[in-house]
Order: sequence, then structure tokens, then C-alpha cells
Amino acid sequence: MDFNFTSMEQDVIDMLEDFCINEVKPLAAELDEQERFPVETLEKLSEMGMMGMYIPEEYGGAGLSYNTYTAANEIINKYCASTGCMVEVHGSLVTWPLLTYGNEAQKQKYLPKMASGELLGAFGLTEPGAGSDSSGQKTTAVDKGDYYLLNGTKQFITNGYYAGLYLVFAMTDKEQGNKGISCFLVEKGWEGFSFGTKEKKMGIHGTSTYELVFEDVKVPKENLLGKEGDGFKIAMTTLDGGRISIAAQGVGIAQGALNELIPVIKARKQFGRTIASFQNTQFKVAEMQTDIDAARLLVYRASQMKQDHKRCVKEAAMAKYYATKVANDVTRMCLQLAGGIGYTREYPFERMMRDAKITEIYEGTNEIQRIIIAGELGIR
Amino acid sequence: MNMLVCIKQVPDTTEIKINPETNTLIRDGVPSIVNPFDAYALECAAKVKDANPGSKVVVCTMGPEQAKVALKECLSVGADKAYLISGREFGGSDTLATGYALSQATKKMEELEGKFDIIFCGKQAIDGDTAQVGPQMAENLDYPQVTYAYEAWVQENGTVKVKKEVEEGFEMLELPLPCVLTVTKPDYEPRYATIKSKMAANKAVIPVLSAQDFELDLAQVGLKNSPTRVKKTFTPPRKSGGIVIKEETNEDSAKKLFELLREKNII
Repeated sequence: MDFNFTSMEQDVIDMLEDFCINEVKPLAAELDEQERFPVETLEKLSEMGMMGMYIPEEYGGAGLSYNTYTAANEIINKYCASTGCMVEVHGSLVTWPLLTYGNEAQKQKYLPKMASGELLGAFGLTEPGAGSDSSGQKTTAVDKGDYYLLNGTKQFITNGYYAGLYLVFAMTDKEQGNKGISCFLVEKGWEGFSFGTKEKKMGIHGTSTYELVFEDVKVPKENLLGKEGDGFKIAMTTLDGGRISIAAQGVGIAQGALNELIPVIKARKQFGRTIASFQNTQFKVAEMQTDIDAARLLVYRASQMKQDHKRCVKEAAMAKYYATKVANDVTRMCLQLAGGIGYTREYPFERMMRDAKITEIYEGTNEIQRIIIAGELGIR
Repeated sequence: MNMLVCIKQVPDTTEIKINPETNTLIRDGVPSIVNPFDAYALECAAKVKDANPGSKVVVCTMGPEQAKVALKECLSVGADKAYLISGREFGGSDTLATGYALSQATKKMEELEGKFDIIFCGKQAIDGDTAQVGPQMAENLDYPQVTYAYEAWVQENGTVKVKKEVEEGFEMLELPLPCVLTVTKPDYEPRYATIKSKMAANKAVIPVLSAQDFELDLAQVGLKNSPTRVKKTFTPPRKSGGIVIKEETNEDSAKKLFELLREKNII
């Protein structure tokens, strides 16, 4: 399999890496410490056109490949997982379903603003009682003729407060279970739409994670995405892509941690020699880089399949499960090899370890990923 | 405003390694970049353009075909048009010959692009570090000049106000157009390219001006017509750490220095 990029794609990847070194990395610790959303980074990424990287040019995007977008996810997360989340949710969980299931009017209305970064996307599926089991949706949308009346609460919504466009899933027919779920495009500021609690999390402190509250929100009929009852299908196929991005996030976090570790173990001495000169360190570093590369190959295999519009349910689940496991193993080991200083906030290892944990949980826990993989192998 | 920015493609000195046996620079495989001071000069021009809608920024360099990469880089971050001045005749030119060739090429570019109001250069290139080409262009063209420029603003009265860095801070100067400004490292960073500007720059066709395309006295360009002779290049010996004296006032610092020198019987 060949994952080579065109020279233009490579230029964009290099440009983004350069930007991240100068603008994303220096902010990462501050965002974490202050639990602050990177408003300024969003503005700069928007100006550069990064928020609409793979949106077709006809809708105001740059029209780059899905693999370039995957690479972008990896790069940003090497430096800051919170910033990575902001980009990933916008790109994978809102842009993609709108491109795939939106009608022409919806695409014309929203995609150019998403490409320019004027509208940031958020994805509202999870509820207090509906996490891995999305059929437990309590949010309802009742057909009132001209509009749907939306009521309910969504939980753990990334980009929550700062988004402008929300993909909200709600039951339109409770009797139908999963087939009774529909998907709506909801704009910030609509009457009856407010924010609940801001979550206090273990990691990714720079993300804006909020509860969304809908009380008799009138959603115009034209803001139904797909058809009534398409919601579950939209959510699941969207999450297939999201998983590739979360897997890329895992690879990014792991590679970022290892890159940070190398100068530390080369410089730090114990027993009269550098930490790097101990064979245990060398074995661990070799194992970590091998694991990261293996994860990266799984990520790009899935990404390439998605780019080629092939079914990639199993491959995306494998990439997500493995790469996020690697992210957790590698960040933990990097902290261990850095020793006491690794446990301090002077160094990024503890932050990266905290940030890595969520990747095993969100957009389908790794237990769900294994159920999917087994299911794809015919084991149910 | 119609502006010209002269840039140079240089080896990225942060990536350069020294051959320990010969003590010379290993240039193989060292990436080329736009001279950082020239990037600041371009940003300075781009800021003038932002403040004066309808302005144009033309960028040029004298160098081999591969210097087009540097010009494209400039096209992605604020330049509207680029020219490459290239040909064997120019090879090995020192600063005097380069200053002459660029001045003559400027006249040709003015025929094509209109008269330039401001010519920007970086204060110096990080490879040669001479800081001579900008001032030489100003002399050749008989334009007023400000070196160590930090930022520039075009005034309503048709002059340009320039913030110039000096030893103790800044000077504010006003000078008539056309003029030459050589730009130092300011407190603002050059803008980032956007995906679209990068794509457009990559597709741009860059016209080449050869020695035959403009009025040029060939006896004033090229290696053999360059009066500069490099006698020797070497790595200066590394200086030891030194002491920083920074007391609360300058007077206290001077006293401390005096004491230290007296302790060592230097004074």
C-alpha cells in the first residue's frame, strides 16, 4: 500500500507542522492549566484554510484528500490533543456527514462557512443514558408540520460552547428504536437552545465540553439531515470516519510524547551515564517507535479505504482500538523513562498521558471497537 | 503603493553542520530558505499593502533556477508577482556587482510593473552577513534610504514614516518616496501561507530576466568583475561564557564593572 502524498499535499502538511511548532505547541500547557479553549488557534487555522481542508473547492474548501486530513490530525495531536479534538470533531463528525448526507441547499448554506471556520461544528449524540448504546436516546423531535419541536439534553459535547452548527440526534419515532432516530442541523442561538454544565475532565482540558439543553427548540423542516429515521445510520457511518481521526490522534499523541522524550533521556544522567545509554531504555524506545509505526499503518490503511469510498468498518475499528492503546502505553512509558521530572507539569508527559486516556473511550469505547471487529469476523 | 522586495535564497544555517576535519561548512543536503530578514522585509511590505488597498508587492531575486522555490514561497505569503534574475553572467557576483545588477533589473521591472514607491530589502543575508546590497541599490538608484527599518507607514502627505531600530531604542523618520528600506527583525512574525495561497503560488509561472533582457554593463557583474576577494574562511574560536552585569541602574552596573576590573588589576 502506498500512502505517498502529492507535492501539494506534502506542502500543506509541512506548512501545518511548521504552524504547530510555532503556534500550537507553545500554547498546549497553558490550555491544559487554564482549561481554556484555543480561540486564537481556531482563528489562525481558519485563516489558513485548514478547517475546510477536504471540503470540495465548490463549497469554499481546499479540496485536499482525506489522507491529507488524516495526516493533519496526526500532526496537530503531536503538539496538543485539545486543539486536535477541536479540528477532528469539526472535520470528521460534522463536515463529513453534511457532505455525505446533506442536500444541495444544506451544503450551500453551511459548508462554505464551515470551510472558512466561521462556523465550528459539534456532534450531539451522547446523552446521560445513551453512550455506547445510542438507541437509549431520550431527546425527541416531534413533527409539528412546519417544524420539529426538539426537547432533551446532550452530554459531553466537544466544541460545545464555541460551535456554531450542531448535529443533533433525536427520536422521531420511539417505537422504532434505532430506526426511529433522526439527525438535525441546529444552529447556536436558536430559541430554547442553551448550555448546561461544563465538564471537568481528566485530560484534553483545552476542549470545550458542554451539556446541550434543548427546550422546545423549533428546528425548521429543511434542517433534517437525510430522511427521518436515518439518524442511526448517519451516526454510525460518521463515527467510522471519526474513529480513523481518533486513531490518528492516538498516533500523534504517542509520536509527540516519544519525540519529547528523546532529548530528555539523552541529556539526563544517572549512575554516571545517560538514561539513553541503558539497554532497557533502548529496548523501550525501539518497541515504542515500532508500535507507533504499526498503528500508523493501520490508520492510513483505513484512511485510504475511506478516501477510496470503500467500506472500512473493521479497519477503522482496528485502527482506533490499536492506535489509542499504543497512545496510552507509549505516554505511560515515556513518563516512566523521564522519571520524577516526567511526573511534573514542567514536562508534557503527564499531560499527554491524561490526554491519551480519552482516546480509548470517546467515539466508541475500545470495548465497542472489539465488538465491531469480532462482528465483522462473523463472531456475534 | 507599488513595492519591490528583493530577497535571497540562503542555506538554513540552523541546519548547517561543520566538517570537523576541514572546518568548512557541509552544504550538501542543507535545505534552502528565504533569508529570514528578507521574509521580514516582505511582511513589512505586506503590512503596507494591507493598510493601502490597491497596493502591489513585487518580489525578485538574483540566483539560479532553483531560487524560484524561494520566490514561490514569497508568493504564498503576500507577494503578488515575482521575477527571477538569472544567468551565468551573474554567477559569483559580490555585493557591489549584485547591487548594480539588481538596480539595473529594478529599472527593467519598473517598465513592466510601473515605478516602485518603496524598495524593501532584508538588512542582511544570514549567509554572507554583509548588509551591503540594500544600501548599494539606494546609492545606485539615488534614492533616500533607512537601514534597520522595523515598520513603515505611508502618510497622507505622500511620505513614508519609518520606525528604525537604533542602539538605545527607536527613531521615527520620515522620508520621501521613492526610497529604499532595509528591514531588521521586528516584533511581528511573517504571516502564514494559506492552503489556497500556497496552491496558487505553486502554480505561478515566474518570468526570468536574463542579462540580455535589460540594460547591463557586463563588465560590472560576475565573479571576475567583483572586487571582493575572499582570503580565508574559518570558524572563529568559541568564546567562553563571560559575565553579565545587570544591576538596578546603569550607574550601579558601571560601579560593579569597575570593581571587578580593579580586583583583577586590569585597572
